[in-house]
Amino acid sequence: MSVGKILAVILGSSALLGGGPLSAAPTASMLADTCAGCHGTDGASVGPATPNIAGLSETYFTDTMLAFKNGDRYGTVMGRIAKGYSEEEIKLMAGFFASKPMASTSQELDAAKVAAGEKLYGKNCSKCHDENGSLADDDAGILASQWLPYLAYAMEDFKAGTTEMPKKMKKKVDALSDDELDALLQFFASQQ
Amino acid sequence: MSKINRRNFIKIAGGAAAVGAIGFPAIAAGKKQVVIVGGGTAGATAAKYIRRGDDSVEVTLIEPNEHYYTCYMSNEVLGGNRKLETLKFGYDGLRKHGVTVVQDTVIGIDPAGRKVVTEGGKSFTYDRCIVAPGISFRNNIEGYDEAATEKFPHAWKAGAQTALLRGQLEAMADGGTVLIAPPPNPFRCPPGPYERASQIASYLKTHKPKSKILVVDSKDKFSKQGLFTQAWERHYPGMIEWKKAADTGGGIVRVDAKAGTVSTDFDDMKVDVANIIPAQKAGVIAAAAGLTDDTGWCPVTGKTFESTLHKGIHVVGDAAIGAPLPKSGYAANSQAKVVAAAVVELVNGREAGTPSWVNTCYSIVAPDDGISVAMVYNLVDGKVAKVEGSGGLTPMDSSPEAREREVQYAYSWFNNITHDIFH
Repeated sequence: MSVGKILAVILGSSALLGGGPLSAAPTASMLADTCAGCHGTDGASVGPATPNIAGLSETYFTDTMLAFKNGDRYGTVMGRIAKGYSEEEIKLMAGFFASKPMASTSQELDAAKVAAGEKLYGKNCSKCHDENGSLADDDAGILASQWLPYLAYAMEDFKAGTTEMPKKMKKKVDALSDDELDALLQFFASQQ
Repeated sequence: MSKINRRNFIKIAGGAAAVGAIGFPAIAAGKKQVVIVGGGTAGATAAKYIRRGDDSVEVTLIEPNEHYYTCYMSNEVLGGNRKLETLKFGYDGLRKHGVTVVQDTVIGIDPAGRKVVTEGGKSFTYDRCIVAPGISFRNNIEGYDEAATEKFPHAWKAGAQTALLRGQLEAMADGGTVLIAPPPNPFRCPPGPYERASQIASYLKTHKPKSKILVVDSKDKFSKQGLFTQAWERHYPGMIEWKKAADTGGGIVRVDAKAGTVSTDFDDMKVDVANIIPAQKAGVIAAAAGLTDDTGWCPVTGKTFESTLHKGIHVVGDAAIGAPLPKSGYAANSQAKVVAAAVVELVNGREAGTPSWVNTCYSIVAPDDGISVAMVYNLVDGKVAKVEGSGGLTPMDSSPEAREREVQYAYSWFNNITHDIFH
C-alpha cells in the first residue's frame, strides 16, 4: 500500500466516523442522477429540447460545466445549476456520463435538408466533429442524434457571441448561410 | 400505529399469516424487503431507483389508484394547451423493473413489527419502509367539504378535479370572474397558483377577453412574484388582480356551496368560477402512522429522510419536512433517489452515502413565455442546505427568445422526469 493510499484510507475512515464537518463527496451516481429530471435517465433525453448528455467525453462535459459555472457559456438555467458544484464533483459526473452509451433520438426532419447538410459536413465540420458528430473522443460534444431545438439554440448563441466559438469554427460558421447552417444541424440530428 | 383495537388486531394478524405464506421463499433466500406506500412522483421514483441500485432487493409499492395524474403541467390543461390524458401514467414500467405493484390503500404501519397493513386486509413486512403519501387538505376554510369540492374545485390533485375546473372555465360566459384562492405556506408547488392564474388568463384572453381573474391570497407574498407580476402586465394587462392577505383580512375563510358564495372576513362574493385551494398537510396515512408532528408534516433526518419519530421508515416527497427543498415534483424525484440510494446501503448493512439534491421548477406563464427557479442542495451539519452561490430565478430582463427556450425546456423537463419515474 502506498503512502497516498494509506492517507486516503485514514482520511476516508475519519470522514466515516463523522470527525468534523467535512463529509465525503457524494458518489458519481448520486450527483448524476439529479440531472435526469431534465436530461433523462442516464443522460438520455426524450426531448423535445434538452440535450442528450449520455456518452459525452469527460473532457467535453467538464469543460462545458465549468464554462456554464464561470459564465463563459450562455444558458437559461445551466449557469445557475453549474454554480452548485465543485470541479471535483463535475469530474465525477463527467465520468458517469462518459460511461453511458450515446442516446439515439427519433425526430421529424427534412430529408432534403439532411442530404444538403451531409454535403456541407464533409467540407466544413468533419475535421473536429468526427464520424458525423458521433465520436465522443473528439471532445467536441456529441452532435449526432442530438435534439434539433438544442442544436439550433447552441448555434444561435455561437452566432450571437454569448457562447464563444473556437476560431476555426467561427471562420466556417461565418461563411455559411442560415439555410446551410440549418441543413447541417438537421444532418447531425438525423445521425443514429 | 395510532389505533389497534381488537378487530384491527385480528385483521393484522390474519393478514400477516396470509403474507407469510407468499413472502416466505423470499425471506428464506435472505432477500431484503422494501415496502413503499404511495405511487406518486416520490414513491414511484424510489421504487425504480432501488431496483436500479440493487435488484436483489424486493420492492413492493402499494398505491390505491391504477393510474397517477401528475399535478405538474395540469395548469396547461386549464389553459387549454394540453390534454388531461398526457398527465396520466400507469405502473407497467415499474413492473418491468421488477417492482411488485399492489393496488390497495395502506391503513396502518406498525414500526415495531415492521409491518404495513392495507384496507384489502393484506399485511407486508419490511426491512425498510418508504412513505410517500403526498398531501391532504386541512379544514381551514369553513364549509369546504367533499361536496363543496364539486362546486369549487381545488384541482390541487390532478385528474377529475382538473377536468371539473376546466369544464367550468369552458362553460363560463365572457365577462365572468374567476376567483383563485391560494393556500398558506407550506404547500405543494409554491409557484403553482400563480402559474394557474397565468394559464387561465391565457385561455380567457383568447376566448373570453372581457373576463377577470381575482387572486385572493392567504399570503402577502409568493414564489417568483416579480416574474409573475411582470408576465401578467406583459401578457394580460388589467385581467389579473392579486389581493394580498392583508387586503382581505387573510383571504378566503368560508364557502357556501349551496348559495354559491365564497367569503373573506369582510365580504361575501358570488363569482362565476372559484378555485379554492385549502391549506395542506401530509397525506392521511402519515398522521395515522404517527409520522407527523404538530405541523401536520413529517419530520425527517437530512441525510436519509428517515423519520425522526419512527426508525426504519423514510418519508419522501411533499409529505416530508424537506425545507429548504420545496414541495415540488423535481424535489420529490431528487429526494427519492437519495432515499433509494440510502435504503440500498442500509438494507445491505452499510452506511448511507453523502446526499446531493437539485430542484428546478418551471412555470409557463404564456404559450411562448417560461420562467424558472433552480437550486442545488447539499448536506451541512446533518441538514439540507442550499449550496451557496448556486441557483436562483430567471432574470427579469431575459430576452423573449430565452423565455421561449424555457417553455421548450419545461416540456423537456416534463417528458424526462415522467420517463425517469414511470418507465
